[in-house]
Amino acid sequence: MSTLVLAIFIPFLAAALIPFLYKYLKNIHVGWFVILVPTGLFIYLASLIPTISSGEAIVQTMNWIPSYGIDITAYLDGLSLTFALLISGVGALVILYSIYYLSSKEPIGTFYTYLMLFMGAMLGVVMSDNMLVLYVFWELTSISSFLLIAFWYQRKRSREGAKKSLIITVSGGISMLVGFIMVGTMANTWSIREVIANVSAISEHALFIPAMLLVLLGAFTKSAQFPFHIWLPDAMEAPTPVSAYLHSATMVKAGIYLVARFTPVFGGEAVWFWAVTGVGIFTLFWGSFNAVRQTDLKALLAYSTISQLGMIMSMFGMGSAALHLGYSNESMVYTGATFAALFHLVNHSTFKGALFMVVGVVDHSVGTRDIRRLGGLITLMPITFTIGTIGSMSMAGLPPFNGFLSKEMFFVSTLEITEASFFGLGTWGIIIPIIAWVASVFTFVYSTIFVVKTFLGPYKEEKLEHPAHEPKPGMLVSPIVLGLLVIAFFFMPNVVGNHLITPAMSGIFPTFAAGGADFGTYIHAWHGFEPELFMTIGVVLFGVFLYFTRKYWSGVYNLFPEKRSINVFYGFVLDQIEDKSTVVTNKYMTRYLRDYMVYIFAFFILVIGGTFILTGAYRFTLPENAPVSGFEWFVVLAMAVAAITILFAKSRLTAIVLNSILGFGIVILFVLFRAPDLALTQTIIEAVTTVLFLVAYYFLPEMEKEDAPKKQKSVNLLIAIGVGVVFTAVALGVQGNKVFDTISTFFENSYELAGGKNMVNAILGDFRAFDTMLEVVVLLIAGIGVYTMIRVKAKKESDQVEDK
Amino acid sequence: METLVTILAGVLVTVATYLLLSKNLIRVIIGTAILTHAAHLIIMVVSGLKTGSVPIVGEGDPVDPLPQALILTSIVIGFAVTAVSLVLAYRTYQEVGTDKLDELRGDPDE
Repeated sequence: MSTLVLAIFIPFLAAALIPFLYKYLKNIHVGWFVILVPTGLFIYLASLIPTISSGEAIVQTMNWIPSYGIDITAYLDGLSLTFALLISGVGALVILYSIYYLSSKEPIGTFYTYLMLFMGAMLGVVMSDNMLVLYVFWELTSISSFLLIAFWYQRKRSREGAKKSLIITVSGGISMLVGFIMVGTMANTWSIREVIANVSAISEHALFIPAMLLVLLGAFTKSAQFPFHIWLPDAMEAPTPVSAYLHSATMVKAGIYLVARFTPVFGGEAVWFWAVTGVGIFTLFWGSFNAVRQTDLKALLAYSTISQLGMIMSMFGMGSAALHLGYSNESMVYTGATFAALFHLVNHSTFKGALFMVVGVVDHSVGTRDIRRLGGLITLMPITFTIGTIGSMSMAGLPPFNGFLSKEMFFVSTLEITEASFFGLGTWGIIIPIIAWVASVFTFVYSTIFVVKTFLGPYKEEKLEHPAHEPKPGMLVSPIVLGLLVIAFFFMPNVVGNHLITPAMSGIFPTFAAGGADFGTYIHAWHGFEPELFMTIGVVLFGVFLYFTRKYWSGVYNLFPEKRSINVFYGFVLDQIEDKSTVVTNKYMTRYLRDYMVYIFAFFILVIGGTFILTGAYRFTLPENAPVSGFEWFVVLAMAVAAITILFAKSRLTAIVLNSILGFGIVILFVLFRAPDLALTQTIIEAVTTVLFLVAYYFLPEMEKEDAPKKQKSVNLLIAIGVGVVFTAVALGVQGNKVFDTISTFFENSYELAGGKNMVNAILGDFRAFDTMLEVVVLLIAGIGVYTMIRVKAKKESDQVEDK
Repeated sequence: METLVTILAGVLVTVATYLLLSKNLIRVIIGTAILTHAAHLIIMVVSGLKTGSVPIVGEGDPVDPLPQALILTSIVIGFAVTAVSLVLAYRTYQEVGTDKLDELRGDPDE
């Protein structure tokens, strides 16, 4: 197996091993073993940077279902590598952090199993070239996210958050699958690279736009874009390392990855531009607007994440405009947005990861993350404060932190897009920078709230569960590393730019790369008194103003209270679906055997009988009949009469005597049909069955007359006759149309082959002896069942347990 | 003969279906037993009736032995099914106090 494919599967292998490590190594925190996996992967992936940044892509294939063109193809280009490094790098830091965050008393074996499952799935998403394989990994990330959110499943809110995230992301995933199938059918391949190479062949297809919208639905649900963002705040019930890892740094960026990956396919269309940019920019605004009024630090960060994801999304949308124009010097301007999106993606993972970890530290230390109870932690937790401030300022877009650089690039992009004259941008384009600027003001406000409310102001120990103190040094290592990266990326942005983002750009704009475009953007911290700098200054001034006057604005922030939110609508729809389907299900699931039998028989009559009538395929020729003697007539008629009389039998004794008449009638028929073995067996069995019935009667009540309603009875009769007629028709039809010769001539040599002159016995005891042996096993099981049911009584205590 | 026995099997199936739809457990069990009889008859019929002698080597041209072997297996299994159903009915009656299927529905909230 190739190393790259192996890299995807190593986390899965680790997930399988962790339970055993956890069970047998009691003294060491199992996280110390788990951390080796992402660290190793990170080093391996980092060693590939030189290859990738020189413009090459690594492709390795492992066959899976070659007959359907579904193979596990690991494809690593700049875009995949950027994501893969984030997944393994942040993963290693998060696991290090979790070692101190989660005590060994928690079921950490399960925790790390889920986490490794997620890591493998996420690597699979970003490295798969095959759309169907990508889909499988995509859903696996949803499932592992579900398991991790519900890690503290004793809490109701955890379970509900997990359920909500699963419902929303999986429904999006399924629509994405439909989109993939459309794309695959149009392009006649499952490989994304081949689809991109043949994009001109499919862009005129009628399914092109539907496929685009379906794929986007998957991306938007996963990346918590408006109006699907409601699952992300609820997902904050997960342990903080999970929030830092899945719900800010990696999994929620899968949707962004998908948009980036499919930009060369769908980009350049007006629908794509407006859908991605519009949803993104509105999500940016909505997230930051809602973040301001949150009182829970994690909820604040959740809305902040929604907002930042919207911002990245909108930049990918604006960048796609370049593909509309084709490769030229003017269109290169728009690719700057995509460059900024990728850069901000990396930056966001660093500062938001650090912030989540800071919240975790605070929560761990004082036992609450409610900003109304927090305050004044600066002197008691100075290191935590420093990291928190670095993260917040980067989030607000201030220098000297990496968020400033990407925020400025974002402003530049929004300004440039207003100058475009296509897609109706001449009229509507001006909205984009305005919303972007307003949202950035809110971003500044909530970033300030985050720092000031937590660390400044009076220290209120009486409201805290524990007195504040710095945690163990080990817990601070990961946030410190991320905090340092936030600063390092500010001073050395071009290290990231040249080695990761530029090669990633070639993957997003393959036609440009083929045309010899140079994506090497040099990132400046200072580029003179340009409009974007004034926008930042405006954000700060206005943000400070809004922060200090915010009590006058609370009416504005509460314009959309909880009872009018999408959450309530979501809950309402879900309740309605549940109620209505319960009503429908209860209509036909009556818990009455007769009704279920009616469904089965009605299906039989309609499908078999209906097919005969509709297709006209039924052919019936009377078989060459053997002659019937008078005695045979008598037996057959006697049986028919006995059978019908059973229906009118008033006592159970009559019924069982009539049933015996049927049984012994069959015996006589067997004799007539030259089947002595059958006749003998049937005689014995019939006698024993009759005795068995009589014994059972001793314990059972007298058979009462059927007092079912008249209508029900006539339905029963109708169905019974219908089944009988269809059965007879099939049986007669079969006899007239012999297609194959009998295989029974083989058994006529039974004496030579099996040493038995009685062919039937030879078949049972020799030719099909295994069959007979299993039949004996069935009898044995039936015997055990009979014995158990008669002898073993349920204990009284166990009854009570069941009742609970 | 074949047509006659086929029709007989059809009658048996009709009766068995009607019994299966009733609400008394004993009737349902008798219904399954009759259905087994019908199945045996139809297997015999399909291979042709009275086309030769008994399937024993040296007795002349035999009838098809394979259906007979299948039916022999089926008779025994059918007996096992009847026995288990009867005991199940007995235990159900003991535990619940009724042998009516419509009364065995239980409480919808459980």
